[in-house]
Amino acid sequence: MSTIAHERFEAVIGLEVHAQLLTNSKAFAPVAPIYGEAPNTMVTPLCLGHPGTLPVVNENLVRYIIKMGLATNCSVAEKSIFARKNYFYPDLPKGYQISQFDTPICFDGYLDIELEEYNKRIGLTRIHMEEDAGKSIHDQDPYNTLVDLNRAGTPLIEIVSEPDLRTPQEAYAYLTKIKQIVQYLEICDGNMEEGSLRCDANVSVRPRGREKFGTRTELKNMNSFRNVEKAIEFEIYRQIELIESGGEVVQQTRLWDTSKNQTRIMRSKEEAHDYRYFPEPDLPPIIVTTELLDEIKEELPELADVRQKRFAEEYGMSEVDAVTITEDRYLADFFEEVAEAANNPKAASNLVLSDVLRVLNEQSINIKEFNVSPARLAELIKLKEEDKINSSAMQTIFDAMLDNEKSAEELAKEMNLIQVSDTGFLEELVDEIIANNPDEVERFKAGKKQLMGFFVGQAMKASKGKANPKMVTQMVAKKLN
Amino acid sequence: MSVSEKEVRYVADLARLKLSENEVNSLAKDMNSILGYMDLLNEIDTSNVEPLEHVIDLNSRLRKDEAKTPLSHDEALKNAPDADSDYFRVPKVIE
Repeated sequence: MSTIAHERFEAVIGLEVHAQLLTNSKAFAPVAPIYGEAPNTMVTPLCLGHPGTLPVVNENLVRYIIKMGLATNCSVAEKSIFARKNYFYPDLPKGYQISQFDTPICFDGYLDIELEEYNKRIGLTRIHMEEDAGKSIHDQDPYNTLVDLNRAGTPLIEIVSEPDLRTPQEAYAYLTKIKQIVQYLEICDGNMEEGSLRCDANVSVRPRGREKFGTRTELKNMNSFRNVEKAIEFEIYRQIELIESGGEVVQQTRLWDTSKNQTRIMRSKEEAHDYRYFPEPDLPPIIVTTELLDEIKEELPELADVRQKRFAEEYGMSEVDAVTITEDRYLADFFEEVAEAANNPKAASNLVLSDVLRVLNEQSINIKEFNVSPARLAELIKLKEEDKINSSAMQTIFDAMLDNEKSAEELAKEMNLIQVSDTGFLEELVDEIIANNPDEVERFKAGKKQLMGFFVGQAMKASKGKANPKMVTQMVAKKLN
Repeated sequence: MSVSEKEVRYVADLARLKLSENEVNSLAKDMNSILGYMDLLNEIDTSNVEPLEHVIDLNSRLRKDEAKTPLSHDEALKNAPDADSDYFRVPKVIE
């Protein structure tokens, strides 16, 4: 995707990201927030908005959001309150969403994003707690809307950035960072396609050099990282073209249409909701004590930035490799397990970065779905290290491991890949190759040393890949010098 | 500060209330007299007073993050004015 390099205009972008928390129970009711269950089976009277029910705050809603706040350099409010956001919609049976308004629990943070040519610090205005609504289904019944309230009350955090982003690429990098942090903290699975991470974007453009922001539009319905990037790019161009042709940007909410690759109007400012926020009377204030804050600080895991530096120092990894391997927490965990079991970080990182990542890409799976355990990969590395197999055999065995449970050594034996280091056998082999290729021998002797590869190749071919290439090289060198 | 009949209609609309002309008129009067009283309170200097969100001085007790047995599906749909075998059923919502 091209970078927006418009001469006269620059874009101003702010993102609102909703992350669905990986708690055992809903935000205010003791029932599991599980998806894929039959409709209206994961509910309590509170989720249904029955009169007389009262919310009680899930402690992990508070703990998880504080984790996120600390990981993104936010201040944590000693006292914050919940507020009611009022609107009528069938999937919101209470008639209001419990959210936070004036006093978000986390505020004034930042995170650093990395782009190809530069790094940038992006401010976070606030992170607040709220609950999700249920789900309305409009297309199953021609005359009615159907409502499933399993999702109602699922704990969410909303992360609001400052309008510090300037390009779609920065927005993409920012989202990637958020996903990485929530995954490292294990508070959200970060899956945008499945809706556990959702993103709205506020986009405006202004002539370069002007301080004042232009009129913004809000983009919704972007259900992948790429779509966020594409929608923002489209919207920036739409606004610039509008202004350049003498028009004016109108404040409105627009939906990204994936099939048409464009944004279209959803509602204008006049139709904008009036939410009449007021303090939630059913929930007393949330007080964050110093003890709680210290306890949560203790629980914070090593985050990607720190881990990346450690990998570079401890394992001598290149910066690029360290970035790639720490991008996903579980991939980094996996790598460390392999490295430890094999006692060989270099070989472990090679195997993970080339072969494991290749398989993940080919099969479109993540590391948690990868079916070869770190212990089995460590065995494979050891076989190679002990010179029992050569690199091409290592590759073959790795591929075979994907489909069965056998150990690397068993597979090597079964597929007849244990390297032959028997001097007598190899000697015979090398003599034969020398006898059969007089031309090459001549040229080698005359100084064309690159032909070593040819001889080794012939030996590998003749032995069906089992010859120890190191030994073959030594023998050829000895015999022809 | 005063409330016009237009504002009464707007608030009624947000609250999904259908008001007769008489009701609009009398509610506007009521609201104006309530706000008039608020104006009186506004004469007190409260610049050093923290806003009071809750009348009881109590902090939130947090609940352990544990799931209990949900309502049965039949029970969940029992009080619904309309439902099919799976879902609550409401008039078609078109936004």
